[in-house]
Amino acid sequence: MSAYRVLVGCKRVIDYAVKIRVKPDKLGVVTDGVKHSMNPFDEIAIEEAIRLKEKKLASEVVAFSCGPTASQETLRTAMAMGADRAIHVEIDGKEAETLQPIHVAKLLSKVAQEEKIDIIMLGKQAIDDDCNQTAQMTASLLNWPQATFASKIENDNGSFKVTREIDGGLETIKVKLPAVISADLRLNEPRYATLPNIMKAKKKPLAKKKPSDYGVEVKAHQQVLKVEDPPVRQAGQKLETVEDLVVKLKDGGFV
Amino acid sequence: MAASRSCHIFKFIRQNTKCLHGINSVNNQTCRYTTTADNLVYRDEGILYRSAPLDLLSDEEKMMRETVSRMANEKIKPFVREMDTNSDVNPSVMEALFQNGLMGVEVESEYGGSESTFFNMTLVVEELAKVDPAISVICDVQNTLITSLFRQYGTKEQKAKYLPRLCTDMVGSFCLSESESGSDAFALKTAAVKQGDHYIINGSKCWITNATMAKVFLVMANAKPTDGYKGITCFIVDRDTEGVSIGRKEDKLGIRASQTATVTFENVKVPESNILGQFGHGYKYAIEMLNEGRIGIGAQMLGLAEGCFENTIPYCKERKQFGKRIFDFQGMQHQISNVAMQIEAAKLLVYNAARRKEAGLPFVKEAAMSKLYASEVATLTTSKCIEWMGGVGFIKDYPIEKYYRDCKIGTIYEGTSNIQLNTIAKCIDQEYS
Repeated sequence: MSAYRVLVGCKRVIDYAVKIRVKPDKLGVVTDGVKHSMNPFDEIAIEEAIRLKEKKLASEVVAFSCGPTASQETLRTAMAMGADRAIHVEIDGKEAETLQPIHVAKLLSKVAQEEKIDIIMLGKQAIDDDCNQTAQMTASLLNWPQATFASKIENDNGSFKVTREIDGGLETIKVKLPAVISADLRLNEPRYATLPNIMKAKKKPLAKKKPSDYGVEVKAHQQVLKVEDPPVRQAGQKLETVEDLVVKLKDGGFV
Repeated sequence: MAASRSCHIFKFIRQNTKCLHGINSVNNQTCRYTTTADNLVYRDEGILYRSAPLDLLSDEEKMMRETVSRMANEKIKPFVREMDTNSDVNPSVMEALFQNGLMGVEVESEYGGSESTFFNMTLVVEELAKVDPAISVICDVQNTLITSLFRQYGTKEQKAKYLPRLCTDMVGSFCLSESESGSDAFALKTAAVKQGDHYIINGSKCWITNATMAKVFLVMANAKPTDGYKGITCFIVDRDTEGVSIGRKEDKLGIRASQTATVTFENVKVPESNILGQFGHGYKYAIEMLNEGRIGIGAQMLGLAEGCFENTIPYCKERKQFGKRIFDFQGMQHQISNVAMQIEAAKLLVYNAARRKEAGLPFVKEAAMSKLYASEVATLTTSKCIEWMGGVGFIKDYPIEKYYRDCKIGTIYEGTSNIQLNTIAKCIDQEYS
């Protein structure tokens, strides 16, 4: 059995700890001067890919990102964690803002074919747009099986046994390769990029590409009309007794 | 247009720039200083120093900072209070420091180090200090004094023997101070007497950082007292050498997790091959290392001030008195702004000293200034933060009081504030001679 080639999507998003602010023109959120980092679910995907490599199940881990030049930082992080090389498809400012899962899925499927990839490992969703579409679309474009929301992945003689987190609990499925797998939160706990590996990552190859290199058009199919803050949560109330609580609940029509 | 204009600027700069000392020369155009990815010193056809903002970090520097910050918050923060109370380091914290390559930041990769830069080392110390200044100093001493001395003056054998371990599981300790020689460091009495191809070391060293967990000591001892301080020589002494004993750990005001103790050498026999660098050059090494080390302490004090400030401001924006947030009182705002400005100034001093050191420029004065100033700012910041927090700043349920205790050492170790002022004055004296 030969070792697999793994492609991992790494999206650069506003850091999870940053308080999101809507731009004054209400057409997006403030990104200038805001800390960005790798989408946490993608970090989990990268970690899983590196573990496959450490178990000698994977021969190469390729990190992929599309977006502005700054996405290369995210790819360097992926390489500092352990990815072997990276591919950056540069998409400039305006186009990056309107980039949709379908564009990313098209790019991923082209890269996967060109690089003879066996497993595409993705985060189940990005924490900025929460789309949760890229993995499914990519699988569909390639006509590969998909195993989404993975919380456990086990090798099973050329196919993979994947435990998925579903509404009712856990579901275990078996997928044949090549396949697309999307990582859920509990799949693993990603490692830190250690200092020596950050230094080594500088020397790893990072290929710079354009969407046209893959024959993909990233034209916007939709227009953002308005971005709004979520409604402000009303302050709660402290009650002295259980009786008071019951009265309040009844008044509010909750019981 | 942009191209022709920048060409003009190049020409102007080439004609008018005196080359910086120690890097390259204008006349023979043999500049070897290449562009670094971080835009620190930018060289383009001939000589051009493009000055980037000091606090603009390269991608690599940003990544270092983020990874250390995350590690410190996840792996160190949960133990800070307990380590302070017990005056002890949690073993998992030491493990995290070693595993993430923080104990040999500049050490070459062939010895298992991170092979990174001096500037990144200061960033590491700063980020650690934001979370725990005591852990920060353990890392600082290992990097600026111990591995640094081995790297610069160690023989091939010494490097091969110690550096890989210093990067993975061995803490080193620097032994200079004695009960009778603190600021007056070269009055040290510890003696090394030659006996055949060995030296016998006798003496006692005080206030030794990391002493209780160290497995190797770099000991400054006078091997030729007739030559005065020019007899001071640096010896490598393993912890398990017969005659080495560690006193009880000091019960300190601050940075309690970092253990400080007396180290006594009683007829300690070391082979001549354990001399680090040249015989009689120990005093030079000590001065050099402490000059660099001060930048590290500056970074520690900076991180400490930042960490304390970051833990205080959200409270000021939350706490309400007289019907409004205490942050909204102008009296508070002016105090907060004043402290924020001084932290910023300290940061620029520290970063500039570190960048100068890395660029191979003179940095002694700048290092002394950064350490002196950052430690004063840390003292002010922590004191103010306690006042702003009020009662909760004074109790151990909040981290503020610990920063207040931890900062005090900054004006004492690696040269007291008065010694820094002496050093700065010496530099000024030379500049105007």
